[in-house]
Amino acid sequence: MPFFEAIRLALSQIRVQKLKSFFTLLGVVIGVMFLIAVVSIVEGMSRYVEEDFAAKIIGKNTFSFRRRPDINVGNVSDETWREYSRRPRIYEADVAIARGALPPGTVSAVENTTFAYANSQYGRPRQVQVIATEPDYFRIKSYNLTNGRLFSPQEAQLGTPVVVIGTEVASHFFRGLDPIGRELRIGGNTFTVIGLLEKQGNVFGFSLDRMVIGPYKSTLSRVTNPRGDIDALVVQAPTREMIGDAMESVREVMRGFRRLPPARPDNFALETSDAALSFFDELKGKLILFGTALPAIGLVVGAMVIMNIMLVAVAERTREIGIRKALGAKRRDILSQFLVESATLSVCGAAIGIGLGIALAKVVAAVSPLPASVAPWSIALALLVGAGVGIVAGMYPASRAARLDPITALRQE
Amino acid sequence: MIPNTTGERVDDALATTGEHSLSTTAERKAIVEAPGEAPTKDWVIVTRGLKREYDMGGEIVRALRGVDLVIRRNEYVAIMGPSGSGKSTLMNLIGCLDTPNEGEYWLNGTLVSQMSDDALARVRNKEIGFVFQTFNLLPRATALHNVELPLVYAGVSADERKRRAREALDRVQLSDRMDHRPNELSGGQRQRVAIARALVNNPSILLADEPTGNLDSQTSEEIMKVFAGLASQGQTVIMVTHEPDIAAHARRVVVLRDGLIASDDRRAAFAARMGL
Repeated sequence: MPFFEAIRLALSQIRVQKLKSFFTLLGVVIGVMFLIAVVSIVEGMSRYVEEDFAAKIIGKNTFSFRRRPDINVGNVSDETWREYSRRPRIYEADVAIARGALPPGTVSAVENTTFAYANSQYGRPRQVQVIATEPDYFRIKSYNLTNGRLFSPQEAQLGTPVVVIGTEVASHFFRGLDPIGRELRIGGNTFTVIGLLEKQGNVFGFSLDRMVIGPYKSTLSRVTNPRGDIDALVVQAPTREMIGDAMESVREVMRGFRRLPPARPDNFALETSDAALSFFDELKGKLILFGTALPAIGLVVGAMVIMNIMLVAVAERTREIGIRKALGAKRRDILSQFLVESATLSVCGAAIGIGLGIALAKVVAAVSPLPASVAPWSIALALLVGAGVGIVAGMYPASRAARLDPITALRQE
Repeated sequence: MIPNTTGERVDDALATTGEHSLSTTAERKAIVEAPGEAPTKDWVIVTRGLKREYDMGGEIVRALRGVDLVIRRNEYVAIMGPSGSGKSTLMNLIGCLDTPNEGEYWLNGTLVSQMSDDALARVRNKEIGFVFQTFNLLPRATALHNVELPLVYAGVSADERKRRAREALDRVQLSDRMDHRPNELSGGQRQRVAIARALVNNPSILLADEPTGNLDSQTSEEIMKVFAGLASQGQTVIMVTHEPDIAAHARRVVVLRDGLIASDDRRAAFAARMGL
């Protein structure tokens, strides 16, 4: 029997028994719904981590040279922590050495950061993230302005008290006003706002629009690092492949500069987004595993219900099977008829489940900080799973139907 | 010249009923007595010593005990017998729904008695048109789709299927009921749909099992007229029935008793014997 004929037959069978079909499909619908929702949320999170988190917090093709890792995933033991504390701080001399070793084509900027209270004559004091850095920092982080300008190399060199601010800072301290040219006070110093960053959004609830960025050589560094040390040197390589080379160069000169014997581990950290990403990859794997194990149980139950219903259908339609066989249907025809029917049934359930799953993912994304992104592969997978469940569930009933003796089947009332 | 019941001369009756094309006992005997030999294409059905036994919970029931039946193309034969005579078993064997324990069955020149299930399905699809007592139409399908069904399994394309199904419905005067479902049709109409379905594949034999069993006498006559019309057009018709007056519509009547052929007569002889 032609395939489309079989599908048409299956659909008409479903249409005739709408309610029964719906209840039959409940297991598959729920299973697929949660499958899609879980995969969408995990996928959304991981895309978020890969694209936003990695790019915005750390920067693309970027590593940082710092005293100790900034992002610590998992548990850091006391021992490790004490070791971090014994490490020498990084000063301008170290940065100069490290910079000297960078391959051509790389871009770097020092980064000093802290949280400090700022105030203006228009708004109450509020904590903001303060970053003292160099002009290339904007390039490395791909920060663009919507208004005003960046600080110039001259301003950077002279330490002119100018700042570029985030949208949240602007809306809090200069509500309803154009912030450009207005004054913002941080740590007892007055800074002139010269630029407004475009909206960055937030990463896991941490706003990226609450920052104030000023020249490293300005008094802003007194606020961030009163000791005169440097938090990090952020380095961007032109390609992903070059990160490793650049890091090795820095490691080599720094070990030499700090006279570390070969047996001693580094007393500084070279941090890339990989550490964070590999942690999230691991987390993603676990989430997908647990997140799909539960819906899988739903699918097993769904398969059993479908098998049951198909057995009933075969029993109810024994006579029809007899008629078809008398008219020349071969075993394979009957087998495929019932397999296609159960697969169609199950795929319909999967389709409903996909719709509900996407809706559920969107609802979760709307009411919680968890992002959701529907992966096209998960829809294809869900449809395949639906067809698979139907075929597996239909196998036994269909083979029973195919093996029916036409004479006995025709005699059935 | 034997006068028949209506007083006409038999010669005239033969001319109109086609009884002149009936095979003779001698011809049939010659074929039966050549076991293993493939009959010529002229002989649609040849069975030699057909036996079928059933195991009914340890007790062996011998439903057929060696049936030699020979039917030539274009014959209109009724198979009659009381219940338990083995006529249903014989019908199942002739219809390739079942295989014999012993004996040969040649259908249209092919030995089908030892075929596998799927090969038999193919033979049923190509060679046999079934008409059942209970019509056996698919309840949720329209008349047209019911008639199309054998063509679906024959692998005919959708357009060709529709065209041929319409033609077949035309032949039984049901073109105007094409889109009706069985429950929207009268008994006679349903049986005509079943006949159209049986004819749609141009089968070698039209095999009817108690075709009038569920119909009133007037409708039965109507169906018998359809059969007679088909027979006169050259269709081989085999009808299984237990009603002598229905059997008397055929040109030749085979009577089964206790799993053996008790008599095999022309209609006139049968009618005379039954006092019809």
